Amino acid sequence: MRIIRLGAGAGYSGDRIPPAVELAEKGSLDYLIFECLAERTVALAQLEKSKNPDVGFDPLLRERMRAVLPACKEQGIKIITNMGAANPHAAAKEVVAIARELNIGVLKVGIVSGDDVLPQLLSGDFSVMETGEPISSIEHDIISANAYLGSDPIVEALSLGVDVVITGRVSDPALFLAPLMYEFGWSSSDWKKLGQGILAGHLLECAAQVTGGYFADPGYRDVPDLENLGFPIAEVSENGEIVITKVDGSGGYVNTATCSAQLLYEIEDPSQYLQPDVVADFSQVTFTEIAKDRVKAENASGSSRPELIKVTIGKRDGFIGDGQISYAGLGALARGQLALDVLQKRIKSSGIEFLEIRYELIGVNAIHGESLSYGHDPYEVRVRVAARSKAQKDVELLVNEVEAMYLNGPSGGGGATKSIREVISAQSVLIPRHLIKTSVSIVEL
Amino acid sequence: MLLREIAHSRTGDKGNRSTISVIVYDMKDFSRIEASVTTERVKMLYKDLVKGEVERFVMPQLGALNFVLHDALGGGVTKSLALDAHGKSLSSAILSLEIE
Repeated sequence: MRIIRLGAGAGYSGDRIPPAVELAEKGSLDYLIFECLAERTVALAQLEKSKNPDVGFDPLLRERMRAVLPACKEQGIKIITNMGAANPHAAAKEVVAIARELNIGVLKVGIVSGDDVLPQLLSGDFSVMETGEPISSIEHDIISANAYLGSDPIVEALSLGVDVVITGRVSDPALFLAPLMYEFGWSSSDWKKLGQGILAGHLLECAAQVTGGYFADPGYRDVPDLENLGFPIAEVSENGEIVITKVDGSGGYVNTATCSAQLLYEIEDPSQYLQPDVVADFSQVTFTEIAKDRVKAENASGSSRPELIKVTIGKRDGFIGDGQISYAGLGALARGQLALDVLQKRIKSSGIEFLEIRYELIGVNAIHGESLSYGHDPYEVRVRVAARSKAQKDVELLVNEVEAMYLNGPSGGGGATKSIREVISAQSVLIPRHLIKTSVSIVEL
Repeated sequence: MLLREIAHSRTGDKGNRSTISVIVYDMKDFSRIEASVTTERVKMLYKDLVKGEVERFVMPQLGALNFVLHDALGGGVTKSLALDAHGKSLSSAILSLEIE
């Protein structure tokens, strides 16, 4: 039976590039897929694009393409990626320019658009899922609204014979499902096969998280050669059978434990994993280790795709200030605590009402809160005060107060830092499928 | 015995919800964690952090429990003030639960 080999070349925007090159060179791949778009990334990219129409795509696009295009072109490996972010057209032009520089001959790049649904959202009557607020009430703060597209437009691009497909917002597993649908001609209502395709995509979309990354715990789970983790490969057969593996000789491992951990990663109800292409059902999934670093993944299924599609909106949501300073040696904890007490009084007397504020000691209670944190006095602590406000000047005052712990606080404070950032928060809206109009265009070298 | 001795765990985030899996190394231990790692205990464990409900999904064939913690991430990674805004480190706390 025919088998297609999919490789995951990135699990997030900043991911390592050499493992992707290793996959391209030694993975005997048919497709190399890069998933690089986190929740608010499109909103940030949209802001960049509004200042300069030639940007707004993934900052590592050029470097990645330069690294993998030669091997991919030589072996006929097709590339699929959401690195287009807010500007797939500019990203595609960039890829063509790199191909020209590298002198690799003919290259056809497909561009998927239609995920930007801001106009549809603003002209309709929709509300934010998390808060119930009508869109009309936050209209002026919205920067971007992007629908999670399914596999259809990627399949369409592949059928036009492209070497590279560049998208903006697409459901992550759909980047992997699409080439399977295209190669095997799977029907878009073959829910069982689509469920298996989504399973392959979900297991691969975070790259090293299924090959031993984010897994090691010394003495409990010792991962071999962690510094040279290989990225994963899914071998998928026409009837939907999946084997997860990696390049021989690369670091890490693939076993039933790494696959189970990744299966449950960021899914909620395993029987209803909502995707634009299918409601996937992972509740009966089983894993079998058939050889070293080879795991068979079976028994995913699915049911009719949802009529409502998730849209992520990015909106301006005030500012966050974060000020820190360290204390070490004898009495470090007491001095850190004193600094927090002083800061709390200073902030109170400033009269500013922050939307939210937290006072904490890194090394003592910053990560898991009071009730989970216990143990001996640490040798060193780091005071941290962070707050959110609609007004930038409020958070400026806050971080300056923390810095003032140098001359005005307890003895021996050091290494103060302060940072301020604008908050672009991500929220969700559901819109009917028919409002989304996708299209595919081509640029060639 | 600590849960850490018989299971591993990974945390992810979806908006303001945290998802935490607990997976046994050896299937023979599954019935113990199924009986012991209840939604009530998980809610109590994370009481400082989690404001909403805790749901549990059971996958016996994988020896796994999957928890969904609602209103758990200070508004979600994009606006949270937490040092670990994704709540990624929460998995390490659940492994400290005592198992009979």
